Amino acid sequence: MTTVTMTVNGKSVTANVDPRTLLSQFVRENLRLTGTHVGCDTSQCGACVVHVDGRAVKSCTTLAVSCDGSSVTTIEGLAVDGALHPMQEAFREHHGLQCGFCTPGMIMSAVDIVNRKGNALDEHTIREELEGNICRCTGYHNIVKAVEAGARAMAPGATSIAAE
Amino acid sequence: MTTTGIGAPVRRKEDFRFITGQGRYTDDIERPGQAHAYFLRSPHAHANIRSIDVSAARAMPGVVGVLTGEDLAKDGVGGLICGWMIHSKDGSPMKAGAHPALAVGKVRYVGDHVAVVIAETLAAAKDAAEAIVVDYETLAPVVDMNAAVKPGAPVIHDVASDNVVYDWHLGDKAATEAAFAKAKHVAKIDLVNNRLVPNPMETRAAIGEYDAGTEGYTLYTTSQNPHVARLVLSAFIGIAPEHKLRVIAPDVGGGFGSKIFIYAEETVCVWAAKKVGRPVKWTSDRTEAFLSDAHGRDHITHAELALDERGKMLAMRVKTKANLGAYLSTFSSCVPTYLYAPLLSGQYDIPAIYCEVEGIYTNTAPVDAYRGAGRPEATFVVERIVEVAARELGQDPAAFRRKNFVRKFPHQTPVIMAYDTGDYAASLDKALELIDYKNIGKRKRESARAGKLRGIGFSAYIEACGIAPSAAVGSLGAGVGLWESAEVRVNPVGTVEVLTGSHSHGQGHETTFAQLVCERLGIPIDQVAIVHGDTDKVQFGMGTYGSRSGAVGMSALSKALDKVIAKAKKVAAYALEASDADIEFKDGRFSVAGTDKSLAFGEVALQAYIAHKFSGQDLEPGLKEGAFYDPTNFTFPSGVHICELEIDPDTGVTKIDRWVAVDDFGIVINPMIVEGQVHGGIAQGVGQALLEGAHYDETGQLVTASYMDYCMPRADDLPSFTVGATVTPCPSNPLGIKGCGEAGAIAAPPAVINALTDALGHEDVTMPATPQVVWRAARKAALRAAAE
Ligand code: FES
Ligand code: FES
Repeated sequence: MTTVTMTVNGKSVTANVDPRTLLSQFVRENLRLTGTHVGCDTSQCGACVVHVDGRAVKSCTTLAVSCDGSSVTTIEGLAVDGALHPMQEAFREHHGLQCGFCTPGMIMSAVDIVNRKGNALDEHTIREELEGNICRCTGYHNIVKAVEAGARAMAPGATSIAAE
Repeated sequence: MTTTGIGAPVRRKEDFRFITGQGRYTDDIERPGQAHAYFLRSPHAHANIRSIDVSAARAMPGVVGVLTGEDLAKDGVGGLICGWMIHSKDGSPMKAGAHPALAVGKVRYVGDHVAVVIAETLAAAKDAAEAIVVDYETLAPVVDMNAAVKPGAPVIHDVASDNVVYDWHLGDKAATEAAFAKAKHVAKIDLVNNRLVPNPMETRAAIGEYDAGTEGYTLYTTSQNPHVARLVLSAFIGIAPEHKLRVIAPDVGGGFGSKIFIYAEETVCVWAAKKVGRPVKWTSDRTEAFLSDAHGRDHITHAELALDERGKMLAMRVKTKANLGAYLSTFSSCVPTYLYAPLLSGQYDIPAIYCEVEGIYTNTAPVDAYRGAGRPEATFVVERIVEVAARELGQDPAAFRRKNFVRKFPHQTPVIMAYDTGDYAASLDKALELIDYKNIGKRKRESARAGKLRGIGFSAYIEACGIAPSAAVGSLGAGVGLWESAEVRVNPVGTVEVLTGSHSHGQGHETTFAQLVCERLGIPIDQVAIVHGDTDKVQFGMGTYGSRSGAVGMSALSKALDKVIAKAKKVAAYALEASDADIEFKDGRFSVAGTDKSLAFGEVALQAYIAHKFSGQDLEPGLKEGAFYDPTNFTFPSGVHICELEIDPDTGVTKIDRWVAVDDFGIVINPMIVEGQVHGGIAQGVGQALLEGAHYDETGQLVTASYMDYCMPRADDLPSFTVGATVTPCPSNPLGIKGCGEAGAIAAPPAVINALTDALGHEDVTMPATPQVVWRAARKAALRAAAE
């Protein structure tokens, strides 16, 4: 067993874990943050995406011990003080989800895309950037619209999605 | 239309929990003291089991129990069932081989269940599974349907020595032959409908639990129909009587048919929970899902269409081999028969149809319903051969379809179905306009100048949804009725809980069902809760598949709401001191006609519960009503999808440039949700056409068992879609709903392949039309052109 300490959604957590514990297992099983999902065994589907030190990672392919000292944000940590993140609002407003299973990973990836590529995203860029996230329900049409709108709403000074 | 009533694009009530990571799927649930199950699966496609030695595994650290098929048999646990009896042409019943939840004596496909290890952790269970010694005597496998029916092929089940489950037919053979004899032209086609793996993003999972105090079991499971699961586990498999078995299907992450069925794993988990005295949890990993979820499609078909001199359709004959895999899954037998052949008339007036289907065992995973279930296979046959016929006759494919459309309703097809209503030409016209058909020639020339091949493909589909009138399906062999139930509980303060037997796993019932309540009762949508997925709460229901929740589930709700309103009117009459006949109900208020006396819905609800204004002998207190709705006909959603694409002949890469869908779903409750269903269906259909294919090698190993090998559609494989609608309300249900869940998956594959073959100028393209397939086809086209 190895001790690991990290900040998850703003709270410091320390745990004794089997060194082979994946970050996805750590958040789901140790911390009971089950919004992070596991949809595959081959690092393909992106249902497990979280942010580690501000960058999107696939938590199913990350060892918990490698995040020692890091700051991790999961889907549960995205809304601040009960106010939904603009990307969360955009997914709801544009019907970017059906069964909801891919959704946490999609939203975490989408926020990362905006962080890297800015607030004005075209359809082609969004589709290419979402290559690592699989959705079986939506056909992506509304996810693309949601990401585009969420990106705009994330710009400083933008009005909220629901008010549009 | 109110802002939350029928027809409004209401934002979904369920979304808040999903976008904040608070959805509750089966694997998110942790029961006190739970142990973890791991299934040892067969590495061989076909083998006898001489012996299984679990002693070393039992002694491994953390192991709670190791169980095999022998233990199941000792406890009298029955095998998995197939609930739809199909009879062969000669009247003999289908040959259903035994399907034990854990193998007894023999394994029949790679992934077949051999034993279960239950341990403190999943890792410990996996380690112990490696210590199980199974002595296999391997047998020659057969994975190819044509090989399976050859004399001398390996026999998979003794009850079917020729590997034929049934040899079934539908239609009038003599009339069809007579029509072919008169035909001026006969179009012919050979098709393979590729095998698919449904792949909901949430894999299957189950937690079985036993309470020794009450002698009751609870099963949490990823099910589209928890009551059907309970019925099968109780009445057929014999785990426990229904009142001692609670089945809960919480949030479910997509199903697409694959979560209808009752599988080995949940059976074993719930049974083992009592055996080991602990809750037992199993969650499939993705490769297990590929190996053991029921697959879809997998047909080989030869079809012929007879035409007169003007291109009017006279008759169709179809011969299909359907792969059913190694065992008959829960509803597998009806998919290539009664969900297939009755759709072969498509949108067309075809006087005679004859279809023969052989269901075949192979050493592959069981095949059952996958989004569309039989109807995509039928539509692929119809829309491909219609396209081929139009091309052979040199007629415009749109005009050729239009000429043959059914125009008068009701229309009795020669294959069971009585189409109630529709306007196929209206959908076609709208679709042609949206895709700008008149300029397709120009766009083709532009592509040609850029060295690309542009093609356009039509698919005018019909499907039979709203499954289904119970007596009708009963006469065709179904073991269950296919009605739906709803209960409306009005609370004393006027809030409403709806308990429905439908199950939402992405469809948004918490919103659409609530919209119907708002429309009828005039109360705000946040005062309505939709409860589903728990057999202890909802009395009974048949679940969600076959695009039935709107047409059947909401019809039941509509009936229950009628009863609530009728009762509430009586309560209001007492409270307002008027006669029943004078009470009017509108916009959430009960009023006395011609006066200004009125009460709000919530006030009447309170009166119903306090019962101060009427005698409980004259009128029962309370406000709660239930209804069962059994449909009188199938519903017939239809539409036209058009795919326009461009091929790069140098790389074989296909790019879908435009997609137009014009669907007639009858009355739509929430257009936003309906369009979402269309988008998702198209994506799965495009996946089938261009990307997806499950492939077994000749030894029966599934070589496409992960997302590295099985190509799922991703965002950059698809375009945005143009979705339009026409409306002919369904006359057979109170809401006029037809259903929308499967349309895209049904319509899309022939639209894509018709577009590809249009671009290439020949018909020789198989699904999935990967870049390699398309590149070869483009080379063939070029060689042909050079030779001409
Ligand atoms: S679970 Fe991490 S990529 Fe699929
Ligand atoms: S919403 Fe179901 S997988 Fe994306």
